[in-house]
Amino acid sequence: MIEANLPAMFVVSYISVALLIVLAGVRVKQSAQPLATMGALVAALLSFVGWVVVQAHTDAGFPATRYGFGGWAPPIGIEFVLDGLSAFFLMVVNGVAAVVLWHSAGNIDKHLDAHPPTFYALATLFLLGLNGMILTGDLFNLYVFLEISSLSSYALIAIGSRQAPLAAFRYLILGTVGGTLYLIGVGFMYAMTGTLNMIDMMAIIPLIAQEPGVLVALLLMIIGIGVKAALFPLYGWLPESYTQTNSISSALIAPIGTKVAAYVMIRILLYVFGATELNAVWPLSDAIALLAGAGILFGSVMAILQKNLKRMLAFSSISQIGYILMGVALMNPLAFAGALFHVLNHALMKATLFMVSSHLERQEGSVDIRDFNDSYRVKYPWSMATFTLAAISMIGLPPMAGFFSKWMLALGTIEAGHWILFGVILSSSLLNAVYFFGILEKVYLRRSGQKEASKHPMNEVSWGMRLPALMLALTLLVFGFINAPILEVLQSLFPT
Amino acid sequence: METFLSNYAYAFTLAIMCVGLYGMFFKRNLVKKVIGLSIFQAAVIMFFVSLASKMGGTVPVKWDAVPIEMIDGYMNPLPHTLMLTAIVVGVATQGVAFGLLVNIWNRFKTLEEDDLHNAIMEDSDD
Repeated sequence: MIEANLPAMFVVSYISVALLIVLAGVRVKQSAQPLATMGALVAALLSFVGWVVVQAHTDAGFPATRYGFGGWAPPIGIEFVLDGLSAFFLMVVNGVAAVVLWHSAGNIDKHLDAHPPTFYALATLFLLGLNGMILTGDLFNLYVFLEISSLSSYALIAIGSRQAPLAAFRYLILGTVGGTLYLIGVGFMYAMTGTLNMIDMMAIIPLIAQEPGVLVALLLMIIGIGVKAALFPLYGWLPESYTQTNSISSALIAPIGTKVAAYVMIRILLYVFGATELNAVWPLSDAIALLAGAGILFGSVMAILQKNLKRMLAFSSISQIGYILMGVALMNPLAFAGALFHVLNHALMKATLFMVSSHLERQEGSVDIRDFNDSYRVKYPWSMATFTLAAISMIGLPPMAGFFSKWMLALGTIEAGHWILFGVILSSSLLNAVYFFGILEKVYLRRSGQKEASKHPMNEVSWGMRLPALMLALTLLVFGFINAPILEVLQSLFPT
Repeated sequence: METFLSNYAYAFTLAIMCVGLYGMFFKRNLVKKVIGLSIFQAAVIMFFVSLASKMGGTVPVKWDAVPIEMIDGYMNPLPHTLMLTAIVVGVATQGVAFGLLVNIWNRFKTLEEDDLHNAIMEDSDD
């Protein structure tokens, strides 16, 4: 019973939690955060169950659990599809979101003076939209869920500094243009195939792949989703949004928001189309790979130039999403596994780094990198240790998980014979090292002026905030050690 | 000429789309940007509706005068229903956009891009 209805349960549980938060919030404002965390935790457990079910089914020969809404059989009705790829993304999104929401309890007093229920209802709706985008098997339904998650993220970003609504407004304009371009692309595909169902469309596309209209539709969809994924050069909204918003929203949106857009890219480029159909008219995958490579270098160089820690992390997000999209566009199993593993790693790393930056913002009032010195080592021993673990993984040093995803991506570029992109990966690791070692050097070695560093009293945040961040950082270490079985499973997800 | 006559609806939608894009990216007032946004979305809605329309077709309700096998006799209902959803999404987007504009006005007392830019520059000087 649970197995057959599993795909629908994610969205149902999130929407009931969102309503419950608003209703309970009228009486007990403190109930919002635990409820939202429970909602994300339930979804994370469901996604784990989903993953186990999908693995069992794959062994038995049925690849996907399909759920048709309202009893209408697809392709007439809208359906949700739970297969290996969507189960993997659900685990990443809901797992990271649960930890971030748990961690956010300590920050409520600083950022959300009077309205925690509204904030957590919006956060839950944001997660609802992301879960819907991952699960849906219908291109138009994907647009609706895209807009649900986008509209909630505009509101989440607008809560923050004085300029936050302006950053959110710019994101709204760009994001809506992106969403609408995607919608036109879907319209073109519908006009040519007569269907919106992804599995149905997959069967029709080989017959029409030569037509120029397919290329136009693909370009429109890629540009539209590219805005959401911050594919270079469509990243314009991202740095301001992540910098100006409050630290709970940035820790929630930065790790998972762009990943789900990358998932849509994977779904459309690799599953609905596939390498031969995609490049039938024009070498589209090479173009995306080169753009992603440009994004990797641009993001890293800009990150080095930043003085604000949050803005630096935002630019590093642009470069990391480049790794993921490049791995997708290379279209071979090695790069694909590397890209998926990097989705997992980057979600964990970015969540950890944004959590630690929220600790510093909370205790110091600012996150200006120029102010960092060795008193931070004494004041925030746990937060800084956590930061160091995540930073090492970000640079890509073994045994952290970040090394193995970059290693697989590098192997993928060699397999595809793209020597330029191989060089991009290597040089970008060096650039990552420049900006993260710059911070670590300041924190562990730079003299803090007159006072001896050890004279500073410890000024750590509560354990309720230290523990989630540390847990995510240690998970990176664990995934680094057990990388071989994970990568093997991820390679098996490559569509044949 | 033949292609234009059979496809003129698409040419007009494209023109409206360009008007919307122009408003969004070249107007300096934020309210005008939202107006451009809604024109852009309206163009896409018209595109879908013209995709579904048929010369001489009737509403997609089963009618004895037009046998169900005569596909050209009925309009395609699916794009219209899709656009109902898209209109709702558009309304919600504009709601959020105006909510943000109210917030920006309360904080900066202006909605002109250049004035906002100056206000932000002053903020960062402090």
